[in-house]
Amino acid sequence: MNTSLAQTTLPNPSHDDPAPAPQQKTSITSRYKSREQRTGWLMLSPAVVLLVLFILIPAVLSFGLAFTNARLISPHPATFVGMDNFARLFTDETFYRSLVNVAYFALIVVPLQGGVALLMAILINTKVRGVTFFRTLYFLPVVTSMVVVSLLWMFIYSKDGLLNEIIAKLSFGALQGADWLNNPSTALPAIMLMSVWQGAGFHMIIWLSGLQTISAELYEAADLDGVSRWQRFRYITWPGLAATRNLILITITIQALSLFTQINVMTQGGPLDATTTLVYQAVRSGFKQQETAYASAISLVFFALVLIISAIQRYLTREKS
Amino acid sequence: MATILETKTAKVPVAAPAKRRRIRSLSAWTVRVLLGIVFSFPLLFMFVSSLKPDAQIFGDLSSIAAFLPVGNLSFENYSAVFDRVPAARFLINSIGISAVTVVLGVLINSLAAFALSRMQLRGKGIILTLIIATLIVPFETLALPLVWWVNQLPWLEVNGFSLSLTTGWLDTYQVQIIPFIANAFSIYLFHQYFESIPKELDEAARVDGAGWFKIYSRIVMPLSGPAIATVSILTFLPAWNSYLWPLMVVQSEELRPVMIGVQYFFQLNVSWGEIMAYSSMITLPVVALFIAFQRSFVNSIATSGVKG
Repeated sequence: MNTSLAQTTLPNPSHDDPAPAPQQKTSITSRYKSREQRTGWLMLSPAVVLLVLFILIPAVLSFGLAFTNARLISPHPATFVGMDNFARLFTDETFYRSLVNVAYFALIVVPLQGGVALLMAILINTKVRGVTFFRTLYFLPVVTSMVVVSLLWMFIYSKDGLLNEIIAKLSFGALQGADWLNNPSTALPAIMLMSVWQGAGFHMIIWLSGLQTISAELYEAADLDGVSRWQRFRYITWPGLAATRNLILITITIQALSLFTQINVMTQGGPLDATTTLVYQAVRSGFKQQETAYASAISLVFFALVLIISAIQRYLTREKS
Repeated sequence: MATILETKTAKVPVAAPAKRRRIRSLSAWTVRVLLGIVFSFPLLFMFVSSLKPDAQIFGDLSSIAAFLPVGNLSFENYSAVFDRVPAARFLINSIGISAVTVVLGVLINSLAAFALSRMQLRGKGIILTLIIATLIVPFETLALPLVWWVNQLPWLEVNGFSLSLTTGWLDTYQVQIIPFIANAFSIYLFHQYFESIPKELDEAARVDGAGWFKIYSRIVMPLSGPAIATVSILTFLPAWNSYLWPLMVVQSEELRPVMIGVQYFFQLNVSWGEIMAYSSMITLPVVALFIAFQRSFVNSIATSGVKG
C-alpha cells in the first residue's frame, strides 16, 4: 500500500511549484491512515480471535452438535441425526423436573433476593458514621466462593447442624428442625435461602448505584411537605429505580437458570430429582456420560430461555419509557 | 410545656418528629445489626470452627460458643488438610492460573478497547456492538460444546529443545486460562473509561513523534488505574472461584485448582474441622484482598450493574 502510493506521487515531478505540496501531504496522511488501520487491527486482533474461538464458535457448535450424535471421545465421526436429541429431551421426565425446579427457584429467589438487597441498600445509603462497616459485612458472602458457601451451609443444614440447634434453642426445645437437604420438600427451599444469602450483597451494590442517581432535591422537597417514610419510598425511591429494577430482575433470573454449583456440591440433583436443574442435567449427560450432542441440545434450550427472558425484559422497559 | 400545648392545637407536632426520628434511627440500627449478624456469622462460624477439634465443634453448637474462639484451639485441622490433599499444589495452581488470566486479560482487553476508542478504524462501531452482544450469552450455555471444542484444538508442546504438535487441550493449564482471557465486558469497561480521557493528550504526544503503542503504554494506561483495578477484580474472582469448568476439563491431580480440592474431603472419614480449615484457607486470601481494596471491589460491582 505504502509503496504504491509513493510510486503514484513520484513519477509526477512537479513543473509548477504550488501543485505537489498538497499532493504530498495527502500521501503522507493516507500513509499515516493506513498505518493506523494496521496498528489498530493488530491491537484488536488478539481479543477478537479469542472471542471468536471461545464464544462465537462454541455458540455455533452448540447449534450444530445438537443435531448430531457427537460424543466427547469417540472413534467414530459424528453423524447427523436430525431432531433425535430433542425428541429424547422432550420425553425426558428429568428435563421437565429441571424446568419446574428452575422456575420455582426463580419465582422465590428473584423477589426475596431483590427485596433483601434493596432493604440493605436503603439502610446503608446514608452518610451516618459506621455504616460502611455494615456494607462490608453484607458483602462478605459475595467474595466467598459458591463452593465454600455450599460446604458451609451443608454443615449448617445437616440434621444435627447449626440451624437445627438454633431452632431448638430459640423454641426451648419445642420445635425440631428437619433434615433439610435430604427431604425432597425442603431441599430446594434450603438451597434458595442459601443462594439469597450469598448473592444479596452483590445486588445491594447495584441497587445502591441506582439509589444514588435519584436527586437529593426530590427528598428535600418531600421532607418540606412532611411526607411519611412509606410515601417517600412509594413515590420517589421506587419510581426512581425503574431501570435498576429491570436489570436486577434479569440478572437474578439468569442466575437462577444457571443454577449448578450449589446442586453439584450439596445434593447432586437429589433427593428424588427435587433439586435437579438444566445446567446440572447438561453437565451430567455431557461430561459424566460424555454425550456431547445431548448436552448441546439442553444448552440450546437453556440459551433459548435466556433469549426469551431478555426479550421480555426489553419489552417491559420499552413500555415504561 | 409549651410544646405539649402546641401538640394539642397544631396539626403538625413539633416535639414528635425528633422523638420519632430517634425511634426510626434506633429501628434502622437494629435492622442493620440483625442483618449484619445473619450475613457474617456463618463465615465467622467457619473460621472459628476451623480452629477446633471435631468433637468441640459439635459440642459448641448449642451455645454462643459456636461463634467464639474459645476452648481447645489449634492449627491441627490445617496441618491435617495438607496430609489429606495436595493443598499447596492446588493453591499454587490457582494463584498461577488467576494471575496469568488477570495480567493477560488486562493487556489484551485494554489493547482492543484502545483501538476501538482512540483510533480511526473502519467498521469499529459494528465491532464494538458485536462484542457487547456476546454479553448476553451465559458461560453455562457454552460450557458443554466448549469442552468438545477444546478437545479438538491443536497445541505446540515444548519438550526441552523439541517442539511437537498435539491435539486436545483437556487436562492442561492452558485450557484453564486461554478461554477466559478475552472478555467482552472488560473491553466495554476499558472503552468507557478511555472515552473519558481527553484525546488532546494523544494528539500532543503524536506531535512529539509518539507511536500508537507509546500512547497506549505511556499516556492512556497510566491514567486508567481505576479501570485496571475493576477489570482485575472482575477477572480474578471467577478465575479463583472457578469450579464447573475445571471439574470437566482437568483430571490430573497436579493441574487442579483449589475449588476442585473440596471433593477429597468426602472420601473416607469426613472431618468437618478439616473442611472448615480448607474452606477458610481458600477464602481468606480473597477476603483479605477485598478488605484491602474495598472501594475498587464495590466500584467494580457497581459498574457491572450497567451490564445486561
